[in-house]
Amino acid sequence: MITLTIDGVRVQAEEGETVLEVAKKAGVRIPTLCYLEGLSPRGACRLCLVEVRNWGGRLVPSCATPVQEGMDVVANSPRLKELRRTILEMLFAERNHICAFCVSNGHCELQDLAMELGMDHVRLPYRWPLLPLDLSHAKYGLDHNRCVLCGRCVEACSEVEGAMTLGFSGRGVFTLVEADLGDPWGKSPTCTGCGKCVQGCPTGALFEKGKATSEQVKRPQILAEVTERRPRA
Amino acid sequence: MNTVVETVKELVRPFAGKPTELIQALHGVQSALGYLPRQAQEAVAAALGVPLSQVRGVVTFYHFFRTQPAGKHTIRVCLGTACHVRGGERVLQALQDELRVKPGQTTADGKYSLEVARCLGCCGLAPVMMIDEEVYGRLDPKKARRIVGETP
Repeated sequence: MITLTIDGVRVQAEEGETVLEVAKKAGVRIPTLCYLEGLSPRGACRLCLVEVRNWGGRLVPSCATPVQEGMDVVANSPRLKELRRTILEMLFAERNHICAFCVSNGHCELQDLAMELGMDHVRLPYRWPLLPLDLSHAKYGLDHNRCVLCGRCVEACSEVEGAMTLGFSGRGVFTLVEADLGDPWGKSPTCTGCGKCVQGCPTGALFEKGKATSEQVKRPQILAEVTERRPRA
Repeated sequence: MNTVVETVKELVRPFAGKPTELIQALHGVQSALGYLPRQAQEAVAAALGVPLSQVRGVVTFYHFFRTQPAGKHTIRVCLGTACHVRGGERVLQALQDELRVKPGQTTADGKYSLEVARCLGCCGLAPVMMIDEEVYGRLDPKKARRIVGETP
């Protein structure tokens, strides 16, 4: 067992557990976006940053940081709240996150985070890119304008479904989630149409066709449930 | 086009079944063919046992890889510090509008490939561009368009 401190409270943890997992068990809330139970942590969104006081105040992504003996973790502080809010503002400024016109309005993790962190406005200029929609798939749609590049769909596709259809193309601000060699999703020879990517998507980037906004409720937890039920080798 | 697939198969034979050699394999194929056509990417994926999406990721991540054949002439517009300060972006924008391509692409007639460079080593002439091996300096959008137009 490992003993560490989270927000001044001493907690015990198993070796190999992450700071985020331990905090969750101890009832300490850390906001997350790209993290999803059942998938490998990516540390992509940086919203779960925590400060490790005895590492010289270093900021680490709690989802991808294994616990160590004697760690003194600050999970919530005015500084962290401000940092997380700024990160969120950057996510909002990068594409077109206009809740009123989004299929996921009311069931969106990005929207929930904005409310939780008190993000009432964005202090950065919006980039407003005009990105295409891929509506070629029979059951699902992909709107790049709503995508935060968290990678949950890509991991659901490779780690849980094993189809490896979805991947990232391009780099930096021009990164897109695409199928195979960048072909229309509906024509993908590798996609099984399972929809795990859609269920895992935190925003309205991936959505089910033929569903109204009020019905567009996702079940990201099914990814953990599926992997949990799977017999272990 | 089957010859492309045959050529690629031959080229990637040493990397067969080795997903970690993806970049090496793509390098080899691009040196032989000059670019990475769709069939070549598919053949590399199949030979190495790498998902198509991963091949796509690598090919689009690294600027070195191209998915279209290079044009007859390669135009490199410098966006290094000195050229940036002296309006390199405006020169690039003018050529993009003129040729109707973005950096990394080739015009529909196959005449020009437009690329971006980071310092061509003659900052005193900023903003500069190169057409093949020739350097052109002290450009403005109009001059750049004229020079490109006069290239045979």
